[in-house]
Formats: sequence, structure tokens, C-alpha cells
Amino acid sequence: MSLLEIRDVHKHFGHAHVLRGINLSVDLHQVVCLIGASGSGKSTLLRCINALEEIDGGAIHLDGDRVSGRGIDVDALRQEVGIVFQSFNLFPHMNVIDNVTLAPRKVLGLDADQAHDRAMTLLNRIGLAAKAEDFPDRLSGGQQQRVAIVRALAMQPKLMLLDEITSALDPELVAEVLNIVRDLAAEGMTMMLATHEMNFAREVASKVCFLHEGVILEEGPPDQIFGNPREERTQAFLKRIVEAGRL
Amino acid sequence: MSQPGLVAGSPAVKRVGRVLTYRKAAVASLLFPPAGIPALLYSIRSSRLAAQGEVESARIEGEKARDWSWYAVGYGLTVYLIAFMTWLLFTNGGSVRIVFLAWSILTDGDGWRSLLKGFWINVQVFLIAEVIVLAWALVVAVVRLLPGKACRPIRFLATAYVDAFRAFPAILVVYLVGLGFAQANVPVLGSLSDMQYAILGLSLTYGAYVSEVYRAGIESIHWSQVAAARSLGLSYTQTMRHVVVPQAVRRVVPPLLNDFIGLQKDTAIISVIGVLDVVSRARFLNNAKGTLAGYSMAAFLFLLVTIPFTRWLEWMQRRNQARTAGGR
Repeated sequence: MSLLEIRDVHKHFGHAHVLRGINLSVDLHQVVCLIGASGSGKSTLLRCINALEEIDGGAIHLDGDRVSGRGIDVDALRQEVGIVFQSFNLFPHMNVIDNVTLAPRKVLGLDADQAHDRAMTLLNRIGLAAKAEDFPDRLSGGQQQRVAIVRALAMQPKLMLLDEITSALDPELVAEVLNIVRDLAAEGMTMMLATHEMNFAREVASKVCFLHEGVILEEGPPDQIFGNPREERTQAFLKRIVEAGRL
Repeated sequence: MSQPGLVAGSPAVKRVGRVLTYRKAAVASLLFPPAGIPALLYSIRSSRLAAQGEVESARIEGEKARDWSWYAVGYGLTVYLIAFMTWLLFTNGGSVRIVFLAWSILTDGDGWRSLLKGFWINVQVFLIAEVIVLAWALVVAVVRLLPGKACRPIRFLATAYVDAFRAFPAILVVYLVGLGFAQANVPVLGSLSDMQYAILGLSLTYGAYVSEVYRAGIESIHWSQVAAARSLGLSYTQTMRHVVVPQAVRRVVPPLLNDFIGLQKDTAIISVIGVLDVVSRARFLNNAKGTLAGYSMAAFLFLLVTIPFTRWLEWMQRRNQARTAGGR
């Protein structure tokens, strides 16, 4: 059974119909990459999955439980589904360790020592243990984004949503962030990525979905999507990516 | 040549290479001759050098002419303003000085002691009121920003309070609170001391102002911070408590303290309900001696408190700017 099941999801922003019937299932340990032009609905889809946006139609199931619609426990859902944003969104008034331990302490009820140990283990893994006491504005963009990933991981989610997490980074900082994602994929984390890093998508994805104007126009294994796209729009999109020197 | 080019050819007029002699500024500076004369001399030398083709030296002299013209502005205005005020003080046979700064009162030790006793009341009132305002205004601001339809009535009530108490002159609030509650024999509130009424009245007025400062601060926190906190599973209340309000408060400290300076000064109005504060005592002093110098002395006492406070405020603003200059 799939971990995440998205059925006929619709989303409007005012008059704009941003998601027009999204159907997608994500299996445990799968890495699903969402590609497509800006405004195609990639970010909106991710934000709908952990209920940062309310959907207007359709249904989302996580692990067999419905997690969309009225009366759902959004805080419980968000404990299971972590999200990392393009602009890091670390809490600037807290140092790194407090950023990472806040939710485990306040939401999971861990005591300070447990939360600290869990955070330090994770920070060690990404090589930022030495920065634990630093404030976010002392870190590079890449370091901040790595901390943001760890902050989400500290909640031990079942599913991670990564929303263009390298788009705001200087080129030389992209790799350090992608390396962590690669490690996560290797360790079996189920993930959905909205990304413009096509080479990376090709490398880590179990499945690539091409979004166009709020629908998944084409989905398939990365080699097929990048090597032999069936849809004209997918071909046109990838051609523009190649012209920009990004694939 | 159907398409216009992106790059223009070389401009028709040469834009650099001239010498600036600042002649007009230098002539205007003569209104304050100590700086104006040097400015004019430098300007003349600059044009002479320019005429000889000594462009580099001409520019240096021109720059000196500009500097001296600015000296004329800065020093000239100051000197003339001080001269005007001094003239005011001694005009009319010195009557201005006698009314505002009568020597016999300024040197009256008992007078100062009495004023200080009264001023201590003002200090207590503003210190206590500031603590109350700090908490009360935050409550009002948070209530005004409660989300959802369900909270609409309480939001409305908070908004009405803020609108009303920002409109009411503080002196009227102090009158109504200070005299009205006792006169109407309101339970509990009817039997406070005058000083407690003064604190209550000022807290109500300034609570409305400061709640707006807090609200602006809370609204200035980018929604992505809320998204990040909520996405980790924190509830609305936890998000406000741990993420939004701490950032907002840090951001509004300078404007908040600015309102506190206003509050400190406005403690002067509590004399209207019979509190024996510095203003009341200054009035006694004036009545006894037939001048207004008591008020000048009271004003001086406020200055003694407000100036260090303001400097401290500026220092903190600078530190804040320095700290946030690099990050976000």
C-alpha cells in the first residue's frame, strides 16, 4: 500500500485554479520529484500535503488515514510530514540547537536532554555540531538549509517534503545540501521534492512527475521522463532547461 | 537600421572634466562672514587656477570652498539662533528671565526639596504604569490578531478599546477615572487612592497606543516564520508564544520605549485629580513667589530623567541595526 495517496486534489487561490485534479501515490521509501515551470503548482501541492494550504476538492490519505478535509488534526499530520522551504525559514531569534529542539520539546514533549541529544546526533551527521550555539545569520545559506532539514528530521517524520530547497542558494553551496538529500534517500526516507535540479532528480528519483498548469501531465521513471518524454509539453520544458544549460 | 540599438553612441556633450568653484554657495555664505569669507577666497582662487589650466589644484580649492560654505550653514545657524534666544531672555528689562528663571526660586533649597518629593510620585507612577502597559498592551494586541470567525466579537471589542482610548485625550481619561469611579462608588474600583487612579488612567491610555506598536511588530513578522513553526506541528498558541511574539517584541523595543517617554511626560497631568506630584508642588511654589519659575524647575526634573533614557534608546537602536544588518 502506498504511504501517500492523493486523489483528484483541487486548489484555488481566488479565481486562479492552481491545482486541477492531481492524482498521485507515493510508496514507502520512494523519492518523487516534481518538475515543471514556475506556477505549475509544485509548491502548492507540497503545501497542501501538510495542510499549510487547505484543499478545495479531492482527498489526501497518509498511511491509510484521511488527512484532508474538515476536522482533521493538522498538528498531528505535520508531525508525520516534515517540510523544508526554499528560504530556510529558520527562527532568527534562536540559535541552531534551539531551532532544532523547539518542536521536539514543545510538540513531542521530549525533555531538554533528550531533545538536545537527538539534535546533536543529527547535527553531527551533517557536520554542523560545532555551529550548535550559533545564530542563523552567522551561517551560510547552505548551512542554514542543512539545519532546516535537520529541524524537520528531528520530528522523525514519515514523509519529507522538500520545496525547491536549493533554489535560493549560491551555486557552490548546492552540493552540500543535495548530499544530505542523497543520504536520506539512501537510508530510505520517503520524500517528495519540487526541484529545478534536473540532474539530481534524474539521479535520486524513483518517480518523476511533470506538472503543467495544475495537473500531472506525465509521470514515470526518471530515465523515461528525461530520456524519452512522451508529452509535447514535457519535451518543450526539458528543451528550455537544456538551453539554459541546466541539464 | 530598423532596430534601435541597446547601446547609445558617445554622448554629444562632455559630462566630466569641469571644475566646480561653488561660487554661489560661497557668496551666500557671506551671511555668516567667519566661514563665508574663507569660502569666497577659496572659490576665487579655484576659478583663477582653473583659468590657468591647473584643473587638479582648482578642484581642490573648489572643494575647500564647498566645505567652508557648509561650515557657514552649520555654525551660522547655531550662532544666530543662540543669539536670538539670549536676546529674548534679556529683553523687556529682563522680565522674561524673571518670569521663567527667577533667581530667588532657583536657589530656594526648600523649593527644590518639595519639588523632588513631588517628582518621586511621578517616577513611581510612570514606573508602575510602564510595567502594567507592557503586559496589558500585549494582551490587547494578541486579542486583536486572534484568527477565525469565532473570535470576531472579542477582536471587535479590543479594536473598539484601542480606537476609543487613542482618541480620548489622556487628561480627560485621568479626570473620568480619577473622579468618576469614586463618585459613582464603583465596587473595588471606587476606593483606590488618587495615585492608583492616576496609574489606571495612564495605563488605559498608553495601553491602547502600545498595543498598536505590538500589533505592528507582530504583523511585521513574515508569514514564512509562521509556516515554518506550524509545519513542525506547533499549535497557533505555541507559534505565537515561541516564534512570533519574541521576534516582534525585539523589533518594537525602540518605538515602545519612545511611547514610554511620552508616558513619563504625561504623568504631569495627574495633578488635575489632586495627586501631590511635581506639577502641583510647582504651582504652590509659583503662587507663593509670584513667578512661573517653579514650572521651569519641574520641567528641568523631567529633562534629567528623559535625556539618559533617550540616549539609552538611541544606543539600543544602533545596536539593533548593527545586529540585523548582516542577517534577516
